[in-house]
Amino acid sequence: MAIEGIDLIKAASFLGAGLAMGLGAIGPGVGEGMVGAKACEAIGKNPGEAGLLTRTMLVGQAVSESTGIYSLVIALLLLFVV
Amino acid sequence: MLNDIESWVKVAAFAGAGLSMGLGAIGAAIGEGFAAAKANDAIARSPDSSGDIFKLMLVGQAVAETAAIFALVIGVILLFSNFSAAAPISVAALLGAGICMGFGAMGSGVGSGFPAGEACEGVSRQPAVKGNLTTNMLIGSAVSQTPAIFAMVVSFMLMFINYSGAPLHPTSAALLGAGFATGLAAIGSGLGSGLAAGASCQGSARQPLTSANVTIIMLVGQAVAQTPSIFGLLISFVLMFKSYAPSETLAASIALVSAGLCIGFGGIGPGVGNGMTAQSAVGWVARNVRQEAVLMRTMLVGQAVSQSTAIYAMVIALALIFLI
Repeated sequence: MAIEGIDLIKAASFLGAGLAMGLGAIGPGVGEGMVGAKACEAIGKNPGEAGLLTRTMLVGQAVSESTGIYSLVIALLLLFVV
Repeated sequence: MLNDIESWVKVAAFAGAGLSMGLGAIGAAIGEGFAAAKANDAIARSPDSSGDIFKLMLVGQAVAETAAIFALVIGVILLFSNFSAAAPISVAALLGAGICMGFGAMGSGVGSGFPAGEACEGVSRQPAVKGNLTTNMLIGSAVSQTPAIFAMVVSFMLMFINYSGAPLHPTSAALLGAGFATGLAAIGSGLGSGLAAGASCQGSARQPLTSANVTIIMLVGQAVAQTPSIFGLLISFVLMFKSYAPSETLAASIALVSAGLCIGFGGIGPGVGNGMTAQSAVGWVARNVRQEAVLMRTMLVGQAVSQSTAIYAMVIALALIFLI
């Protein structure tokens, strides 16, 4: 297997893309799950506020999602731009 | 020495066997320890039911053991099979099989311990619903085993499909990637499904009348938590069955391994997160069964958002496989 400079750079960027998105998905996945868990708990305790609680849950999850989107952006940049 | 293919295939088979059993033992041991700890708690609380609790603990631990037994089976096959039609590509395939089963047994082993422990504690609270709890525990822990079964299926395919006609270079990497994809993605789903199953055993012991509702929401929650491992399985199948043009470049190989790592790691978080959401929803359906519909809806919305990162990981993995 002949390894040249440009080949090595491409290989590194592909590996980087996979690891960026793969490892980057762990945090938001767990974090958003915790938000969902607490929202279910709160609705169980106080069903009257279900609408407000669902809205708050979605906003919280959206913020937590941002790190996953950063990972996606970096992975796409590594794949198609670098 | 470097050209002695038969020895290298043996090296891969033995290393794979070690990884399979070594990694595969972690989860089941933790899960069974959790079950035993809860059983001790339960017996201390109500020594009169100690016989029932002891039996339930053993049944629950036997289910949790399944994942480790899968790893043992794969390990033994790797050790003692005579992979005589040894082609250079078997090196990657056998190593991938070991990695897949080793990681794949982790989550299911831990996850199946949760329903076993909670069921033991439940019997100490409500000895009268023992039968119901046992059924619930068995259903919940059987679903938690699914990711380990996916990993076993992929391991068997990697060991026994004949790849000798495929071009060595990108295909080796694809087979290694296939092992990583299903193996790693199974960790989160196994653990998450177990969390939901544990909550359902706890809930049906506290509120025996809600037992049917609790089991239903548990199964829905577990099914969603299972999704990341299905994504992993899908990517593994794509990696195993796509036909590759021969390529000697490093980049082509690394892209395929990276696709497996991407969906593998990417599935862990959403699997655990979905399980946490399901755990809480199941627990609260038991306590407040009148709100079952709104809890189910909130759980599914919350899980769907948490799932999105696994979908991003799948998109990147597919891009690595098909666009590069």
